[in-house]
Amino acid sequence: MSTPAVSEPRQPIPVEFADEEESIKITGFWMFLVTDMIIFASLFAVYAVYRSRTALGPTPQQLFHLGPTVLETLLLLTSSFTIGIAVWAMRSNRPRLVLGWLIATMALGAGFVITEISDFVAYTSHGATWHVSGFLSGFYVLVGTHGAHVTFGIMWAITLLLQLRRRGLTPITRRKLFTFSLYWHFLDIVWIFIFTFVYLSGKIA
Amino acid sequence: MPAFLLYLVHTLFPPDTRQPTELGADFMILVTGIGIVFILTRYQKWRWLWREWLTTVDHKRIAIMYLIAAIAMLFRGGVDALMLRTNLALPNVRPIGALEYNEVFTTHGTIMIFFMAMPFIFALFNAVIPLQIGSRDVAFPRLNAMSYWLFAFGAILFNISFVIGGSPNAGWTGYPPLTEVAFNPGPGESYYFLSLLIAGIGTTITGINFLVTIIRMRAPGMTLMRMPMFVWSVLTTSALIIFAFPPLTVALALSLLDRTFGSSFFTLGHGGMPMMYVNLFWLFGHPEVYIVILPAFGIFSEVVPTFSKKRLFGYTTMVISLVSIMFLAYGTWVHHFFTMGAGPTVNAFFGLSTMLIAIPTGVKIFNWIFTMWGGRIRITVAMLYQMAFIPTFVVGGATGIMLSVVPADYQLHNSYWVVAHFHNVLIGGTVFGLLSGLYYWWPKMFGFILNERQGKVAFWLFVIGFWVTFLPQYLLGLEGMTRRMYTYPFGFGWHELNLISTLGAFIMGAGFLALVYNIVWSLRYGERDLTGDPWNGRTLEWSLPSPAPEYNFARIPVVHGVDEFWAMKESGDTLANHLRPQDVKTLELPKNTGMPFMLGLSFFVGGFGMTFLWWPIAIFGGLGVVACLLYAAFDYNDKKHLPADVIRHTERSWGRLQA
Repeated sequence: MSTPAVSEPRQPIPVEFADEEESIKITGFWMFLVTDMIIFASLFAVYAVYRSRTALGPTPQQLFHLGPTVLETLLLLTSSFTIGIAVWAMRSNRPRLVLGWLIATMALGAGFVITEISDFVAYTSHGATWHVSGFLSGFYVLVGTHGAHVTFGIMWAITLLLQLRRRGLTPITRRKLFTFSLYWHFLDIVWIFIFTFVYLSGKIA
Repeated sequence: MPAFLLYLVHTLFPPDTRQPTELGADFMILVTGIGIVFILTRYQKWRWLWREWLTTVDHKRIAIMYLIAAIAMLFRGGVDALMLRTNLALPNVRPIGALEYNEVFTTHGTIMIFFMAMPFIFALFNAVIPLQIGSRDVAFPRLNAMSYWLFAFGAILFNISFVIGGSPNAGWTGYPPLTEVAFNPGPGESYYFLSLLIAGIGTTITGINFLVTIIRMRAPGMTLMRMPMFVWSVLTTSALIIFAFPPLTVALALSLLDRTFGSSFFTLGHGGMPMMYVNLFWLFGHPEVYIVILPAFGIFSEVVPTFSKKRLFGYTTMVISLVSIMFLAYGTWVHHFFTMGAGPTVNAFFGLSTMLIAIPTGVKIFNWIFTMWGGRIRITVAMLYQMAFIPTFVVGGATGIMLSVVPADYQLHNSYWVVAHFHNVLIGGTVFGLLSGLYYWWPKMFGFILNERQGKVAFWLFVIGFWVTFLPQYLLGLEGMTRRMYTYPFGFGWHELNLISTLGAFIMGAGFLALVYNIVWSLRYGERDLTGDPWNGRTLEWSLPSPAPEYNFARIPVVHGVDEFWAMKESGDTLANHLRPQDVKTLELPKNTGMPFMLGLSFFVGGFGMTFLWWPIAIFGGLGVVACLLYAAFDYNDKKHLPADVIRHTERSWGRLQA
């Protein structure tokens, strides 16, 4: 109830938090990210247990190609940068710039998904389907869940693009763009773990 | 008959669903369904049903819908329990066979946990939390409706398994390899996984919703340490939900992938490992038992001060114990399978962490007793359940501590001792708590008081029935009777105790009927609650009329301490004393929407298609989900205005507005 004194110096609030109701939605989105984080944590735990359970199928070392995964890493890390610029453009109120960087983010994300799919197709064409072993089941579901999240993110970005074009930067579209950027950064962080914990350590071990 | 129809009949109604019990259920469902349709059409209530209830986003109405679902599911789960107990009443006398017995105990457990206890606690969350924290609604009203419909359609999907296609039969825990398609073909287990996945999404959303509501939407002045204890319990419960449900989602989804798409997670060959499922399941399952008990603790912490006319003893220690139970809940899951053979170090750790839980729980028990100590106790039904809870829960807790002793657990594992223990805490804790809360907050939800005299009859039947049912089961466990057995021979010395236990179950059934009678009778003749404060309550929900208006508070109150409403009454004050016409502003409220209902329906259609592997139907349901999400994304018209004049008129009609 108390309003801060006028003279009191205050940190400027980022524009997406300025509207109370939209700011509550951002808190809610963080809580959603917690649940998603636990989903991935569970899948990582499953993978950690299963990665030596290769049955008659290939081991991680035999299966993985680092080339496509390095490309995927580059694409996704760059897209995390571009969505960061989009949020910066939103804060400096430049709607056309927001659209441009959002499209760049989507394109990079699409590149990631296509690379991942072609990588999976290559694995399965050598007979490494998830039926073969516990390791392959754990691998496809962990990495595939992440890929499905990125795909969903691209769809989400398309709906966001349409709303931004029609409505410009309003408290609601700002909040939606900001939560999308949180989601996108989150997927990037998960990917870093997948890249090191699944691919790199799989190749070394 | 064309081949297509024959296939349809054979798939939907395979021979094992054509038994007397199933056909009887089919008939009852048909009659009830036709009856409901007839009444709705006869009195032209379809539009009313859709406008006022199915599309509502008002937390108070969602609470009522949760409550109706919970009581219906309590009935279904209870009938299952009576079927189980009837089968065990006498040695070698078994009205239902082994296969059907498996289905019935699976259904009983799953329904009681997921479709009775969970909606019951959510009913009270929804009915009470926004009123107690002085807020107009939950943080996300539409998500709240989505939670409800996901739960409701998940429950429907689970319930139709009994008559269409066959029930799940691998226990409420659904352990592989028994759930793998090689050992368990048919739709039963797919029903189980899909319905729990759908309902689980709804529950996760509820957890997020109430956590954010409590963190962000409290009335000014209500600091964390001024929150009513029920709010604290919901805060910790929501945090538990957020961290516990994702592992369940993963466990269920992986099992479904094994069954439906041939992956190799929990298979016996191909490097699969069934124990991984058990770990993931209990990583959820142990926090889950605290998810259903902490709200009960919160309810008692409201009921005891009100009916002892005393402030809650040891507020701070109550908070600390709630939070420590919340953290400890994650460190005990292995005690459900000590016999897995993880080795003495692991088992010792989880045995000790389990014993640690007794400390904060004991603190709470003492605090409730000290709150009553020297208070002016009124013996109402709500208070009676609380007084029955304390000894019951102490026994249940003590037997749990005995189970946490690893060598003892090796003896008691999967025996009736375990059955008696968890019913002791789940009924003695959760159900007593929920019924206490039901009687306590019923006037606030519905505007009339449940008849106390009838309530006491139901209470005594229920509590006596409970002890008669479960005390013999401890002894049966010690005598070696294992859980989930569908019959037993003469000469084991089990028959007297089993007969007593079955007798007790029927006394509990009578208690349930008395409860329903109490509700129906009070609906017509019960005393109306005109003051909004029938119990001389202490927290903000009692400062409002019963039931509260759509907007809850005409003006958001300012809170100065714990038990704000009590302090107000002490100083001869009310909320209405300061409400002048110019204080009432036009409010923005969430608008009703059919989207949550359609989303739940789409999930149901998709889930049904996946259960029977009918892909066109599954894809159709999936497209429905996408359509609902797109609609929600582009729908900016989700608010309505409630003019200040309307609010002034409403408040004035209660005499709550200064001239």
